[in-house]
Amino acid sequence: MTTKTTKPDTYAIAWRLPLIVWQGLFFVGPLLFMVAMSFFLVKNYRMEVALQFSNWQRMLSKDFFWDAYFFTLWLALLATIITSLVAFPASYFLAFKASERLRRWAIFFLIIPFFTSYLVRIFAWQVILAQSGVINAGLSYLGLGPWQMLNTQFGTMVGYLVLCLPLAVILQTFSLANIDKRLVEAAHNLGCGRLRTVFTVVVPLAKTGLIVAAVFCFILSFGDFVSPYYLGGSKPPTLSIMIVDTSKSGQQWPRAAVVAIMMIVTLLVVAFTAIGFAYRKRGK
Amino acid sequence: MPKVIKPTRRDVLKYGAAAATTALCTPYVSRAWADTVEINMLAWYGHGEPDVVGEFEAANNVKFKPKYYAGGDNMMALISQSPPGTYDVILSDAEFVQQLNAADYIEEMNPADYPFDDMLYADFKQFPGHWKDGKLYSMMVRFGHLGVSYNTTAMSEAEAMSYKAFWKPEIKGKLGHFDWHLPNLGQMSLTNGNGAKLWDQDEAGWKKIQETTMSLRPQVGGFFDYGGTFNGLKNNEMMAMAGIGDWITGVLERDGAPVKSVVPNEGGIQFTESWSIGKGTQKADMAKKFIQYMMSPDGQVHSARMLAYPAFCVTKGGRAKLNEVDPKEAQRTGQVDGMPNDPITLIKDGRIHYRNIPQQQSLEDWNEFWQEYKNAS
Repeated sequence: MTTKTTKPDTYAIAWRLPLIVWQGLFFVGPLLFMVAMSFFLVKNYRMEVALQFSNWQRMLSKDFFWDAYFFTLWLALLATIITSLVAFPASYFLAFKASERLRRWAIFFLIIPFFTSYLVRIFAWQVILAQSGVINAGLSYLGLGPWQMLNTQFGTMVGYLVLCLPLAVILQTFSLANIDKRLVEAAHNLGCGRLRTVFTVVVPLAKTGLIVAAVFCFILSFGDFVSPYYLGGSKPPTLSIMIVDTSKSGQQWPRAAVVAIMMIVTLLVVAFTAIGFAYRKRGK
Repeated sequence: MPKVIKPTRRDVLKYGAAAATTALCTPYVSRAWADTVEINMLAWYGHGEPDVVGEFEAANNVKFKPKYYAGGDNMMALISQSPPGTYDVILSDAEFVQQLNAADYIEEMNPADYPFDDMLYADFKQFPGHWKDGKLYSMMVRFGHLGVSYNTTAMSEAEAMSYKAFWKPEIKGKLGHFDWHLPNLGQMSLTNGNGAKLWDQDEAGWKKIQETTMSLRPQVGGFFDYGGTFNGLKNNEMMAMAGIGDWITGVLERDGAPVKSVVPNEGGIQFTESWSIGKGTQKADMAKKFIQYMMSPDGQVHSARMLAYPAFCVTKGGRAKLNEVDPKEAQRTGQVDGMPNDPITLIKDGRIHYRNIPQQQSLEDWNEFWQEYKNAS
């Protein structure tokens, strides 16, 4: 019996190589450097190569780190839940009720916000949410307010929704639009009510897309610096703000790296768990 | 019959090479004609803007390329990440000059090049940290005072004359912090009555500063950067602000906002900004000329009236010129001889303390406490 040796497919490798090189140079390389940097020391504002666990020990033993960690986690979870719930009715309408033309226009308008800088949009929201801003001015005509919205967790949440909602609606719409409409009709024909159809037919069929949208919301909110700083007043600070504070003060990049690594690990755990759940087959 | 030009291969190579050479050399030729010198500046925001350096740029055919920072730590971080010679001129907070010098980031300067005889106050000639072993390393160019900054509709000037105003129940949730531990904790130290020893506190003193600061936390509405501090006061979101002074409220006051800063009875903190020449610069002569310009009456006036944030003149000539060209601003800031809020009078009266770094704790200790404070509820 002869064994057939397969030649490496140079054509396929040639096409894959740029991506591998790119990821290696600009993602894996810096990531490994950041992990190494978390063991470095800083003396007189200069980093020195070392293999010390003092940065990890110092950061992870501080209450303020864990307070910020759980606060950030809570805010990101809350933003994910609110965004997913708010986005779903709009996505459902666009996927099942709206005409093809209306859906195209809606998607176009949902993409438009991404043409402007997120920071600029958040500064605009400062004007809207301020004590003397647009909303409170409107409320004053009704004899209400003024309400404190800026520099509160409500402000932060508004910022997260500004960041995540358009993306969530787009992802959910694409996911719902791909559902075989005949399955929905079959459910109706078999006597399933509208609401029950949504929860027992539509949501399970669009599960993957809905979870992917939620994961994106979580990732964006968890790592966001702009909203908690400019709309939440950094009160209390999130992990992203802590990274900035730590790196600014005394050039403590190694300790900032510890915070960043903890964030990356958290995001990986959440993302892989969610994706695993999204692709898990029924009954398993 | 028209003549058809058929270039030979040699012609194509010859003219092609000539065209390519011309194209490649054009930027250098135009630069040579213009002969504009680019000066790399590391400074707080605003120092490289046309309202400050425009006149100097036009007169000397130079162009400033500023890199802005916020806070001395941030400046040290930026400079330590750059190769020697990156910055030609460096504007530093005075308390960080000695650290710049210790790290060998700045050049020695010749005192004879600068108007020491014209300084408004004797201390400014020998400002702490600017000299080492009789050698000059930095030139003080401007200064300002930090105290209680407040919205005049929320409290009276009499109330603002004490840091206790920050604890006023009526401004609960409306007190903002400029997000830098040094001036804020310095003010808390002054609140505790530490006066001239505000930076030099032992363990017990430091603990008391932390307790005082923590007791202020329920009042706090937010922690802000430079832009956020402006917006907070302008939008009436914040009725008082700790850690700042006229350098921020002055800009808003000039625009008619009802905000003001005072130096309270417990004392105020002075921020001091100084120019140094970056180590390894290839443009030391132009850097020196620029610092001389900033010390001249014209330069001092541009600095005092800087759009980004105002400050006080350090020379008599600068003050005289400011009174001549903008008496309103001179009056507003007390830069008139004999005025009770004349910044020099305040220093002489012992009400002003130069900003410094903690003497018995590390900056990290202060920063870590600041993180705890921000996280507290």
